[in-house]
Amino acid sequence: MEFLGFLARRLAWSLLVLFGLSVVIFVIARVVPGDPARMALGPRASAEQVADLQEKLGLNLPLYQQYARFVGGLARGELGQSLLTERSVNLDIRTTFPATLELVLATVFIAFLFGVPLGVAAARWKDRWPDNLVRAFAIVAAVMPTFFIALLLQVLAGYVLQILPTTGQLPTGTEFEANITGLLIVDALLTGDLNVAFEAMRHLLLPALALSLATMGQVARITRASMIDVSRQDYIEAARAFGVPDRVRLFKYQLRPAFVPPLTIMGLEFASLIGGAFVVELIFSWPGMAAYGIRAITQKDLNAIMGVVMVSGLFFVMVNLLIDVLVGFVDPRIRIRGRRA
Amino acid sequence: MSELAALSNSYQNWYRFSRNPTAVIGLLIVVLSLLAALLAPYITPFPDHVGAIVDFRNRHQPPSLEHWFGTDNVGRDILTRVIFGLRVSLMLAFVVLVIAVPFGTAMGLLAGYFGGWTEIVIMRLTDIALALPPLIMALAVAAVLEPSLMNAMLAIASLWWTWHTRLVYSMVRQIRALEYVEAAETLGASKTHILFREILPNCVSAIAVKTSLDAGFVILIGASLSFLGLGIQPPTPDLGTMVSDGASFLPDYWWESLLPGTAILFVALGFNLLGDGLRDLFDVEDVR
Amino acid sequence: MTALLSVQGLSVSFSTYGRTVEVLKAVSLEVPQGAQVALVGESGSGKSVTMKVIMGLLAQPPARIHAGRIMFDGRDLLTLPERERVALRGTAMSMVFQDPMSSLNPVWTIEDQLTTILKYADRRLGRDRDRRGRRARVIEVLAQVRMRDPERVAQSFPIMLSGGMRQRVLIAMALLSEPRLLIADEPGTALDVTTQAQILKLLRDLVETQGLALLMITHNLGVVRETSNYVYVMNKGEIVEEGPTAGLFAAPRQQYTRDLIAAVPRLTGRVTS
Repeated sequence: MEFLGFLARRLAWSLLVLFGLSVVIFVIARVVPGDPARMALGPRASAEQVADLQEKLGLNLPLYQQYARFVGGLARGELGQSLLTERSVNLDIRTTFPATLELVLATVFIAFLFGVPLGVAAARWKDRWPDNLVRAFAIVAAVMPTFFIALLLQVLAGYVLQILPTTGQLPTGTEFEANITGLLIVDALLTGDLNVAFEAMRHLLLPALALSLATMGQVARITRASMIDVSRQDYIEAARAFGVPDRVRLFKYQLRPAFVPPLTIMGLEFASLIGGAFVVELIFSWPGMAAYGIRAITQKDLNAIMGVVMVSGLFFVMVNLLIDVLVGFVDPRIRIRGRRA
Repeated sequence: MSELAALSNSYQNWYRFSRNPTAVIGLLIVVLSLLAALLAPYITPFPDHVGAIVDFRNRHQPPSLEHWFGTDNVGRDILTRVIFGLRVSLMLAFVVLVIAVPFGTAMGLLAGYFGGWTEIVIMRLTDIALALPPLIMALAVAAVLEPSLMNAMLAIASLWWTWHTRLVYSMVRQIRALEYVEAAETLGASKTHILFREILPNCVSAIAVKTSLDAGFVILIGASLSFLGLGIQPPTPDLGTMVSDGASFLPDYWWESLLPGTAILFVALGFNLLGDGLRDLFDVEDVR
Repeated sequence: MTALLSVQGLSVSFSTYGRTVEVLKAVSLEVPQGAQVALVGESGSGKSVTMKVIMGLLAQPPARIHAGRIMFDGRDLLTLPERERVALRGTAMSMVFQDPMSSLNPVWTIEDQLTTILKYADRRLGRDRDRRGRRARVIEVLAQVRMRDPERVAQSFPIMLSGGMRQRVLIAMALLSEPRLLIADEPGTALDVTTQAQILKLLRDLVETQGLALLMITHNLGVVRETSNYVYVMNKGEIVEEGPTAGLFAAPRQQYTRDLIAAVPRLTGRVTS
């Protein structure tokens, strides 16, 4: 039951964060620029046109009423009209978000798939060459600009070696409409279209790898520190005294209690991961939310910008809630006491 | 006696620091970068290539003795522009941190020391900031205002202070629980005395480590921003913009993109290694 | 009759930062089959190192064994191949850990931890026991250490159990593979006095009914009196005095032993002023 309390507190935290986000976004979009209608229409628009748009957007209302309308819309899941495409922002995001989700999921998967074993190896051979190698990798991965990694991978794997496709989600001309889960690979597998699934994975590999390197380094670094911390505990010595083999001790006795910090760090790092996705999507022409967001930003499409930022924040909050549940699953102490150690 | 002790102590610190090869490399990189940026107009081979100069006969020249880093698509010397770009990157990091570190530290001290509503308000604010990717925040601000170095710095700084607040806050909480602070409180020391004479000095090393690590990350974000075309505007030389411009000529004219990219990597690496070295030196563990 | 465990002239030193410290100086002691022997000394006297050498848990380097033999069941443990050495650990000789709060893995249930240990012990002994058999044995041992509801305890995570219960789990852990020698490292020191007394009584009963040999390692002469019939006193890496427990308490020969006895808080008997 304490765990439910813990989750309830985290849920309240999430709602607070979302509320705060809505204020920040509102301030950026409605207060900072002065006149959003003038901004959207550009300097050549007539005074009547501007007044019209102001009327339509409710910009002539007092600020608090504008905010109430904005939040009311958010609560209904309504992000408003794009000022430029005249389509609803909801629709735009609904069509672009799954590609971003797919990229981010693959990224997190790759980061843990390689980051955790690297961290375990570094801890196992602390201060020996595997450790030094992993630590060097973590530092370099952290300071490599994401766009630079993306470009390097694109040139190396795409143009020089020509082993992987470098743009888009599928080869041009492929006819496939993802409409079950929205995730291309999952849908292709569900409909049994193995060819499309294979192509989609090939296209996903480079962008996901580019985006995952920094996170992978972080996961490896934190896993290493956490493993070393746990290895000094009495229960590890006890397992040794009772003849539990090295391999079992390392993975069962040591890794599981050591797994909470890397998970938690993943939650905190998630915001910068979304930021990185913006850059990676642009470089690999990935048809996701980021490309949409960048276009909205360069064209000053305020509602679209607000929508994209808000959905990014929501994404962050959801991932962190999910991590809270996972953390409770990994470590019974959190489940039983209802708080983090 | 105490001055002598302080001297030998700082000598000892320097000795320990100098025995840590990565830290020394980091310090060297940082010092070299700072010097290069400061002296840019005097040490660069073609200082006038900073502006919108066009020399089409010399475009796309590979690295040579005359142009160590080659030339770009309008024939400007890339080494010159990289060094001036370094200037912009370091300036960005400097301004962001000059705003964010003192402000964040002050907020952390307030939240940690006074508790109550002060704590709740400040710490919830940091929670909100955590959910916003600095890059996207900077993009959004760049969109509603004008894309410029100043706006980018303000946008990044407006989120960045919260990391220092969280760091200082947790340290204050730990230090407050120690006995000597309690002793000072019982002895009737004033709040400002306790904050600035007892607590703050103990946070300084952790803040220094974090600031050094941060400088690298702020540079990365600034570069990403201008890579996307929403940071520093041309013709001011900027490393991110150079990578972006050169990317269309990959892989044939590789130097136009890879060398400025490596320069970013190099500076960020310097600050990171320095931060790591300081962390080992001061023995502060929990700083990212 | 030869002893089950016999340590002969054991010398161990530690080297750190170029300095070498001799921590054990020609230590000899014997634990006969079914006997209850105590090794007593202050912290830093070398008793923990002795225990670690016997269990084969000493990290080398920084430690180095200069001389001596450790005969167990007629074989010298120090010259035994690593594989056979590991095979004995947790099976023929087993250890009761000291701190019930930190010696159990927090993220696995008691049953999970005990069956894992049993599984690999069985494998080393070439014993064939299936999952159900292992579970039955775990419940059986938990009952032996007088757990009221062994089934429920087995399902629990350590954090759900009291300190006394966790200490019992640690004893159960040591008993899993029917060892012949039990080495106990100050069990219960972390617990309150009443619970510790219960734990010691449980340990003594188990040793007596199952005919185990016990080597009790402690700094507390009160514990010695409760649990042993022969005692070795250790100081600064040397055995300074030995003898039957009752005799040693009645007539200590060494000043060091007298000081130790004087330091024992009296648990029983009348209050003396």
